[in-house]
Amino acid sequence: MGLKKKLHTLKEKYRGTKMAPAFNAFHTFLYMPNMTTESGSHIRAADDLKRTMNTVIMALVPVLLFGIFNTGYQHYAAIDAANGITREVSLLENFLTWENFSLGALKVLPLVLISYGVGLGIEFIFAIIYGHEVEEGYLVTGMLVPLIVPVDIPLWMLVIAIVFGVVIGKEVFGGTGMNILNPALTIRAFLFFAYPTWMSGDKVWVHGAREMAGTPDAISGETVLGKLAQGNEVTTSIADMFFGFMPGSIGETSTFLILIGALFLLFTKIASWRIMLSSVIGALVMGLIFNGVVSAGWIGTNSPFYTLMDTTFWHHLLIGGFAFGVVYMATDPVTGSQTNRGKWIYGFFIGFLSIMIRVFNPAYPEGVMLAILLMNVFAPTIDHYVVKANVNKRKKRLNVKTA
Amino acid sequence: MSKDITIKRGLSIRLIGGAEEVISDAPRSRTFVIRPADFHLITPRMVIKEGAKVKVGDTIFHSKDHEEMKFVAPFSGTLTKIERGARRVILNLHFDVDETDEYVDFGSLDAKTASADQIKAKLLESGCWPFIMQRPYHVIANPESTPRDIFISAFTSAPISNNYNFSLRGKEKELQTAIDALSKFTTGSIHVGMEKGVASPFDSIQGIKRYSVSGPHPAGNVGTQMNAIAPVNKGEIVWTVNAQDLVIIGELLLTGKYNPERIVALTGSSVKKPKYYKTRIGAEVSTFVYDSGLNEENVRVISGDVLTGTKIALDKHLGAYDTTVTIIPEGDDYEFFGWNKPVFDKISTSRALTFSWLFPKKEYDLTTNTNGEHRAFVMTGGYEKVFPLDIYPMQILKACMVEDLDDMENLGMYEVAPEDFALTEFVCVSKQPHQEIIRKGLDLMIKEIG
Repeated sequence: MGLKKKLHTLKEKYRGTKMAPAFNAFHTFLYMPNMTTESGSHIRAADDLKRTMNTVIMALVPVLLFGIFNTGYQHYAAIDAANGITREVSLLENFLTWENFSLGALKVLPLVLISYGVGLGIEFIFAIIYGHEVEEGYLVTGMLVPLIVPVDIPLWMLVIAIVFGVVIGKEVFGGTGMNILNPALTIRAFLFFAYPTWMSGDKVWVHGAREMAGTPDAISGETVLGKLAQGNEVTTSIADMFFGFMPGSIGETSTFLILIGALFLLFTKIASWRIMLSSVIGALVMGLIFNGVVSAGWIGTNSPFYTLMDTTFWHHLLIGGFAFGVVYMATDPVTGSQTNRGKWIYGFFIGFLSIMIRVFNPAYPEGVMLAILLMNVFAPTIDHYVVKANVNKRKKRLNVKTA
Repeated sequence: MSKDITIKRGLSIRLIGGAEEVISDAPRSRTFVIRPADFHLITPRMVIKEGAKVKVGDTIFHSKDHEEMKFVAPFSGTLTKIERGARRVILNLHFDVDETDEYVDFGSLDAKTASADQIKAKLLESGCWPFIMQRPYHVIANPESTPRDIFISAFTSAPISNNYNFSLRGKEKELQTAIDALSKFTTGSIHVGMEKGVASPFDSIQGIKRYSVSGPHPAGNVGTQMNAIAPVNKGEIVWTVNAQDLVIIGELLLTGKYNPERIVALTGSSVKKPKYYKTRIGAEVSTFVYDSGLNEENVRVISGDVLTGTKIALDKHLGAYDTTVTIIPEGDDYEFFGWNKPVFDKISTSRALTFSWLFPKKEYDLTTNTNGEHRAFVMTGGYEKVFPLDIYPMQILKACMVEDLDDMENLGMYEVAPEDFALTEFVCVSKQPHQEIIRKGLDLMIKEIG
């Protein structure tokens, strides 16, 4: 094994130098290190953080591929629609085509490259400055970011957002494992508030919609959620919503593939089923409450909240970024609740608040992002009270003894 | 009449190299070594000089804090070298062993009629006291303390470790004597956790409260049983004694002789013929390791079991508390794309392209490789699945790392020993040294709270 030997010699050469973390990051990518246990348990389980993060990335790949095809498909479908041709989606005939793929790849892959390039670059710099190993957290963040932005976002904007999200959202807290907010959502929230016109409305969700706006070829690219918020008529069928043949952020549209990703994450025991289940319950409960409000007649049809409130409760799971957020971002173990009981509460409120924000804030209908960020902030508080119950039990035991 | 305890959360790690239930005599060791570090937080005061001759049971050193607490020689021999480290801390005491043993006669004592003070004096004098451990803090029991209860685990559940149900067979008399003696020290009970449905030498012992414990490792850990029976509260002290050490205590009281005999389980996938050896505390492990033979050169020798033992070199000696010697392959090699390829030959609690869940009965040949680099705590929820104590493992570890004494106390540090965190350490995705973190936390509490 020539390569193994050579790399080992190089590793010993770099040991203790500033470049060691950078070299080790590449070295450990190729080879699992020769590190052995020193004390305590002399054997260790097979999983490390790289394997864990890699599993999440695998769960994201189908969504990414779908996003690439869908980007192309929505673009051509919108052009057809502008010319008065209505398309009927068919997986093999007009969806999985080379035309869709090449256009989508041309738009999406640069986002992926920028995301990984900039984000990992920052991680490397911080690792070198502080002399710690490059942590794997960004491997997942880097994949999430391109999937939760509109396809036409300018690359420079993404760069600024990633620098902000990684430095302010993560590194200042001490890097992976120490951050309070989910870095991918911090990046998206930064984009959302810094460049709102690029992040919402009806001109950003389909490639080309913005450039062609005002021209005779103008195409519309409104999301289902946007239409509902504006009280416009929704023509997308439930099946199309479920399978994801609709405009939206690159990776968030296909509830079907997200569900497959979720099942994979649950099967591999990487993500918390408690958070996912309780989020869905929370969303359904909120949806039912709103449905109840509408059927009780407490709110008129001319209310700005009417259409979204009237949306059948379980349709909320299919539209917008809800499914994507719950499966891939609410389950982030670092920023989520860390106790099992806390996870139930944390998840429930994410679902509950997502739908509430979605309905009451039609200008920015994407509630799940804000709900997760908000609950990220509250997760330590939830854990504090859950752990306190255990502490109190211990104190009570002591009091019974001394009494 | 026994109560049932069922442990649900845990993990039984199946490894190749469990000891065959045969006992051979280990060849007589030519040297022995006493490691003061085995007696955690004891500062030794030497009473003999280099060149001095000792008999079995002669005092080598006593504790600086408790002069009456003696540490004695397991063989007749001559002190050849006092090996010191930084700040003149004594690392190892090397002895040459004589051809035959002479014993110090401490005089027998009837455990049934003797008073607690008489027994205490005898145990301190004869070097048997250090076998009594206390919680909180998992250190040698303070002779001035009175325990609320005494806990003994009659079996082990750690992978490929000493099976006490086998190795203590025929020692009922010694066990009964030791139990009689210990019962003088506490107004509470002596709680003994026994493996459910398995015949044990403790079956015939009188004067104990029996519990039949079932479930995966760490069901056999005394800390697990204690947490299920009656956890330690702040201000309380309980004692624990390893079942094999009871035999030494019992024999001393019966015969007046200190006999540090150990039935050691020699286990591990690197051992040719894993089986039991009769040897002594402080003896060279190589005497019986070479008797059995090794399958490979590059091995890790562990004095103790694979989850909690101490790393030693092959020419080194058996630790004072250890009843198992485990030898497994060193894992100091690189593995091409080891972090993402499917794994069939290692144990995992996830299913992230790891397939040990498909073969629950398979025995594995694990090495000492960490399978990844050290990272900050990231994953949550995994520790709780293998941690049966009513304590939040990750939160208590973090409290120890930031040295938050209030949190440590509130979260249950009085109840734990490092060995309770062996499994969370095993499954840790971030490869954090849990047992070391807990030990340091306990030491800090001793220093700050006492």
